[in-house]
Amino acid sequence: MLDNNQLLRFTTAGSVDDGKSTLIGRLLYDSKSIFEDQLEAIENTSKKKGHDGVDLALFTDGLRDEREQGITIDVAYRYFTTPKRKFIIADTPGHIQYTRNMVTGASTANAAIILVDARHGVIEQTRRHSFIASLLQIPHVIVCINKMDLVDYSEEAYNKVIEQFEEFSSKMLVKDIRFIPISALKGDNVVNRSENMNWYQGAPLLHTLETLHISSDINKVDARFPVQTVLRPQSEGFIDYRGYAGRVAGGVFRKGDQITVLPSGFTSSIKTIDTFDGEVEEAFAPMSVAITLEDDIDVSRGDMIVRSNNKPNTAQDLEVMLCWLHDNSAKPRAKYSIQHTSNDQKAMIKEVIYKIDINTLERITDDSELHMNDICKVKIRTTKPLMIDSYRENRTTGSIILVDDNTNETVAAGMVI
Amino acid sequence: MSKYYLNYLDELESEAIFVLREVWAQFDNPVILFSGGKDSILVTHLAKKAFYPSKIPFPLMHVDTGHNFPETIQFRDDIIKQLGVQLIVGSVQESIDEGRVAEERGKNATRNALQITTLLDAIESNKIDCAIGGGRRDEEKARAKERFFSHRDDFGQWDPKNQRPELWNIFNGKHYEGEHFRAFPISNWTEMDVWNYIKRENIEIPSLYFAHEREVIWRQNSWIPNSEFLVLEDSEEIVTKKVRFRTLGDITITGGIESDADTLAKIVEEVSGMRQTERGNRSDDKRSETAMEDRKKQGYF
Repeated sequence: MLDNNQLLRFTTAGSVDDGKSTLIGRLLYDSKSIFEDQLEAIENTSKKKGHDGVDLALFTDGLRDEREQGITIDVAYRYFTTPKRKFIIADTPGHIQYTRNMVTGASTANAAIILVDARHGVIEQTRRHSFIASLLQIPHVIVCINKMDLVDYSEEAYNKVIEQFEEFSSKMLVKDIRFIPISALKGDNVVNRSENMNWYQGAPLLHTLETLHISSDINKVDARFPVQTVLRPQSEGFIDYRGYAGRVAGGVFRKGDQITVLPSGFTSSIKTIDTFDGEVEEAFAPMSVAITLEDDIDVSRGDMIVRSNNKPNTAQDLEVMLCWLHDNSAKPRAKYSIQHTSNDQKAMIKEVIYKIDINTLERITDDSELHMNDICKVKIRTTKPLMIDSYRENRTTGSIILVDDNTNETVAAGMVI
Repeated sequence: MSKYYLNYLDELESEAIFVLREVWAQFDNPVILFSGGKDSILVTHLAKKAFYPSKIPFPLMHVDTGHNFPETIQFRDDIIKQLGVQLIVGSVQESIDEGRVAEERGKNATRNALQITTLLDAIESNKIDCAIGGGRRDEEKARAKERFFSHRDDFGQWDPKNQRPELWNIFNGKHYEGEHFRAFPISNWTEMDVWNYIKRENIEIPSLYFAHEREVIWRQNSWIPNSEFLVLEDSEEIVTKKVRFRTLGDITITGGIESDADTLAKIVEEVSGMRQTERGNRSDDKRSETAMEDRKKQGYF
């Protein structure tokens, strides 16, 4: 039933030699998502470069510099569809200097695939990728223990990796971690079940991705509606129409619900929930709709409509886990623009509580300078209150970005604690 | 019990509507780049949905190379009338007449690259701060790295290595005067998604997408339509074939495929079995491995 097919976004972090490109190539190829002319183009380039066979890494690299240097620099998005689901892969580089790209790819993902080389077990990079998945609250983590063909498909090697992984991941906040022994190169347990590992009773990777329960990844409890813009057609039949346009960021809104508009605190009830295709009785995340209210109250972009009995925090002082994204380091006590849902205010970083050494995961408290790729816990003060939930409760209403007013560049991404 | 999740087409639709509303909220003077192709028709349809019951609150802009399919121009004029929105036309012919650009010479000369100047001129003279396009990340390797909100400097150039990171659904459209943005609401759609959605919504598209009899010649592995601009080579011969087009660009460079698919249902079925990408029939992309990246850096769509 195509009509019920869901969309799953997942991220893969890794470098060329841990088999990430091969894995993606394998998923795309075995699900028949690579077209003949694309394959031909890669074959030609492989030949030109003198590679033996087809270098699938070329398929996942796009920009001129990446092709020349043979590395992934930026996030690239790949698409494939099976009869069960549509998939979006955020393909990100794995090296520490591209932490910000990993964070970007992880921000919208339902699932993260973490590749571990069966020969080497858990290494620094594994820890880093797992930490980012946990920090960005990716609901599902799939640890693929790759290159099983190089360890004779040994169950022992597989168990050893699981043991190592569980040792350091006990403090992570991921609810759903799975382990799959694979060989991306030979195709074991990627799309098809491996015949070389009868001791593994679980599902292959693709089947796992097709059946992950993702409906509850979005908060369906706390109703949140950030207003993007106001629709006032003032045309025939709609003279007095005032529709608040937005995308439901959490929970379910129903016709007749008692609502409060924040930050003003005005209350009303929902008169209609409109779409181009007609009125709907209820709207849930992530639907884009227009809401009309029974009362004529002042609502504009940046406001949030919530159910009166379930409100977010209205706060000017926030504790945030911040990832610094820009070459220009943070200026102490400098002001930035802060964007939170449709709200745009000014903010100041008041204090760096600690930084995290992303390789050892230890806290650093004696260094408060923020450079590119740094991850830290900070205190932020905003000029006007924001309507926030903790990131753990809601990835949309719990996330912010900072923009440098001098350059207009996005310099940091933050998750509200 | 009601289900509280969206199917993938509804989720893509909702995402695109969200992006279009962000554009409207963050920019003063946006336009939809309208080529008459299915992707820009889709974006226009989604804009209709995003602002209903209001009209689409911004104009459509067409970069007219002068090398059009007549059907495309007719379709454009009809949709403008239907929607009651303004049309802005940037004319490549005018750019040539004014000496801003010169026609390409040689065997495979096209006006494809000439559009860049006309597009940037039209953006500047109409003080446009955001041009909404129908580009999709699955189309081409350089497009796979595009943001939803993509910054262009005051020369209209794209700097792929210094793109603003785009996290969650928070879009930063801040810019200086003279700079502009390109916005891509259907970034995450594939060709198949577009067709499935067009079929589901029964969206009107130009007749060129449906199989029809047409005079064509065989060139660069596809059926190039006969037109007043076509220069025949000795070995080439005009024949009549039943063809349709998977993408629409200039009549001089858009290759058709032989097909009997004359309904949306048949097109969807045909596309799902295709083993070539849709841009495989576009000679503008075949010039080099990084043809798209190079043009995009200069300011191409």
